[in-house]
Amino acid sequence: MSGERSFTYVGTRPIRHDGLDKVTGRANYGADFTLPGMLHGYVLRSPHAHARIVSIDTSAAEAVPGVKAVITGRDIPKTKGKLSLGEAALELGPMGDNALAHDKVLYEGHAVAAVAAASVDIAREAAEKIRVVYEALQPVMNVDQALAPDAPILHDDLVTKGQPLPDAPKRTNVALRMQLKRGDLDQGFAEADVIVERVFTTPMAHQGYIEPHACVARYGEDGQVLVWTTTQGHFVVRDASAGILGMDAARIKVVPSEIGGGFGGKIPVYLEPLAIALSRKAHRPVKMVMSRADVFRATGPTSGTKIRAKIGAKKDGTLVAADCSLYYEAGAYPGSPAGAGAMCAIAPYDIPNFSIEAYDIVVNRPKVAAYRAPGSPSAAFATESVIDEIAERLDMDPIELRLKNAAVEGDLAPYGPKFGPIGLVQVLEAAKRHPHWTAPLGENQGRGVACGFWFNAGLNSTAVVSLSADGSATLVTGNPDIGGTRVAQALMVSEELGIPVERVRPTVADTDSIGYNDLTGGSRVCYATGMAVIKAAQDARDQLCARAAKIWDVDPSCVAWEHGRAVPLNGASDHEPLTVGELAAKMTATGGPVVGRGSVSAPMAGPGSAPTSATSRSTGRPASAGWSATRPSRTSARPCIRPTSRGRCRVAQRRVSAGRSTRSTSTTSPATCRTPASSTTACPWRRTCR
Amino acid sequence: MSDRGSVSTLHVRTRVNGEPAEFLCGPAETLLDALRDRLELRGSKEGCGTGDCGACSVLLDDRLVPSCLVLAAEVSDREVLTVEGIARGDSLHPVQQKLLEHAALQCGVCTPGFVVAAKALLDLNPSPTEREVRYWLAGNLCRCTGYDKIIRAVLDAADVMRRETSEVTT
Repeated sequence: MSGERSFTYVGTRPIRHDGLDKVTGRANYGADFTLPGMLHGYVLRSPHAHARIVSIDTSAAEAVPGVKAVITGRDIPKTKGKLSLGEAALELGPMGDNALAHDKVLYEGHAVAAVAAASVDIAREAAEKIRVVYEALQPVMNVDQALAPDAPILHDDLVTKGQPLPDAPKRTNVALRMQLKRGDLDQGFAEADVIVERVFTTPMAHQGYIEPHACVARYGEDGQVLVWTTTQGHFVVRDASAGILGMDAARIKVVPSEIGGGFGGKIPVYLEPLAIALSRKAHRPVKMVMSRADVFRATGPTSGTKIRAKIGAKKDGTLVAADCSLYYEAGAYPGSPAGAGAMCAIAPYDIPNFSIEAYDIVVNRPKVAAYRAPGSPSAAFATESVIDEIAERLDMDPIELRLKNAAVEGDLAPYGPKFGPIGLVQVLEAAKRHPHWTAPLGENQGRGVACGFWFNAGLNSTAVVSLSADGSATLVTGNPDIGGTRVAQALMVSEELGIPVERVRPTVADTDSIGYNDLTGGSRVCYATGMAVIKAAQDARDQLCARAAKIWDVDPSCVAWEHGRAVPLNGASDHEPLTVGELAAKMTATGGPVVGRGSVSAPMAGPGSAPTSATSRSTGRPASAGWSATRPSRTSARPCIRPTSRGRCRVAQRRVSAGRSTRSTSTTSPATCRTPASSTTACPWRRTCR
Repeated sequence: MSDRGSVSTLHVRTRVNGEPAEFLCGPAETLLDALRDRLELRGSKEGCGTGDCGACSVLLDDRLVPSCLVLAAEVSDREVLTVEGIARGDSLHPVQQKLLEHAALQCGVCTPGFVVAAKALLDLNPSPTEREVRYWLAGNLCRCTGYDKIIRAVLDAADVMRRETSEVTT
């Protein structure tokens, strides 16, 4: 990878375009939207963790004055369709069943009916009059209970996908078993001088975004639907709602609000299909807002897990074998990130012999959703703890042990592809040099280090850059801005066109106003949507060069773009350069509006982060006295979030997340440019920025 | 929102952001709901509804309160200040300006609460220590930023306000 490039705008720290609205309270989030004549929805939720729905009688609710519509599972067709989401294909059937139960309720809080009425109070009162007869069933609360020989079965038709064990029972709660293998495990452990095997459990944890789920839906008599919602992917909301309700996606327009945090948890649909169905029945717009309790009861946390990790090392610290079993709670429907956990568990290390098996197991808890590097932190917690114990047994410095085994460029990832220049050795060296690694420890303080591994999702993105007659530009993309991506992408446009970032207005458009975009997640927006933005800006720039060639009456090859100006090359050098503004002012005469388009299907890039932390913390409390994180990157296109912990050091972040005591954060950036390890399509800047 | 005919409706006269305001509300309606739904001041956010997250922070007669735990009927003849009333005319309050400059917000949904809470602190204590800022803002949850930049922004705003004050007095 060549082409170190110096940047004019990327790397600067402008005030973000969405900042003013956010500090003045003007920014509109999910619950801030209203329409005239709007009704309010309320969801009746199951008091049982596992029960069969025998009957639902809604007549008393419908009789309450002010009630305009009541829906149950009967109003949402069962479907077997699928929705591709890149990181995972989502089954629409379970998604619809999760939004509103059909035959069984599978967790406490599972939606069984919804009411639209003149006020939330009326809707709530009416919902409480709905008579649901349940046949309560024994709940399955964790992976051990789910795997027990006589375990209650959540889904009668569930079949273990992937690589089920030959003697696996036919009736099962295991939705998937997968295995990654290399080398000879027995021989590997035979060579080991030290073997450590431990079992770890982690509880389910909610993403805890501050803004609860909220939406407004309006179903028109012509079948056209408008939805305003807070989401990480409004195209997902459109396609999922259409699939669940059996409608054409093109009939639904979804407008994303500002999003008050998601952390993976605002990818699934919960309220939107219900609000559409209620609006269809009531002929009025319907607003639905979750309470905090509903968010915790009924929306996706990350998996609770049980992980067995066994790792063997030689006396000199060489890791020779790893044998791990990952059991991940999926919640009520299949779809835990067990597979991603397996891919990440030992990925930072070059271990010749390994077997990693992963199980996706349904239990009577809310269906899990993505949560910051879904699947990886729990797996890293297990393997990194074992590696620490090996270091202790060998009396070896934990960084040295990791350095000795660190994966390097050319090594094969446990899941197949060859690593590019991943920079882990440089990161570990930098951590070793960091003052935190040698600072004297206070009373009740310890020190630790851990590696983590994650990918960047690639996927589909579209961007449009349009020039105004005064030389300013608008940038339209279709990814909800969850972390400062608007200003980051505006900087990319600035860089390509050579205009200040204040003259670029970035907008996140609704589903009708921009080409398809996959969701905001998987750390993909700066990376993949960034590619589309750069392509769109370059397209606009190329058009501007062509306009200059037209004005000068020269061949377009005689025009170059430098610092925001069309510059004449050989054969045209008697002309004065033309600025963006000058060219934009002549748009009408030279061919009409300048509109640059970019659309990409970006390859997955990995690893997305290979951070290391040196944490010194007081024992017995989750508060951190100080921590540092290192990662292999240099230029960040996201100026506003650069110095935060986001994406920097996931393990350390988990440790300190509860602590609000004083802590210092410092960062070193040892390596040069990170490049997609396994990508075939290079970044337009021949570097990745995230 | 409680607008059912079967319960009595209260008429509340008060002052919001320095202006007279009046609205009708139910006896169990929260100040947060009244602000958002009756007065269309939707800058205050409901994150929890239980007084834990601070996203709905407002000043009630200069006292910092979570508006989700105050009944709308309680604010009769009192002075309510919301995030919409913090900016001084066409210029931002130093807390708002410094939050922007320090990039001390990410998703921004907690930001209105932090703005109100930080303003309340600096009105009471123009020279808070870092520790005092952290304790004062302990009732405001932010899930994105990790707090450090918010704390630095508030300390920086305090600095600006002290300098402004000394310029006025000297």
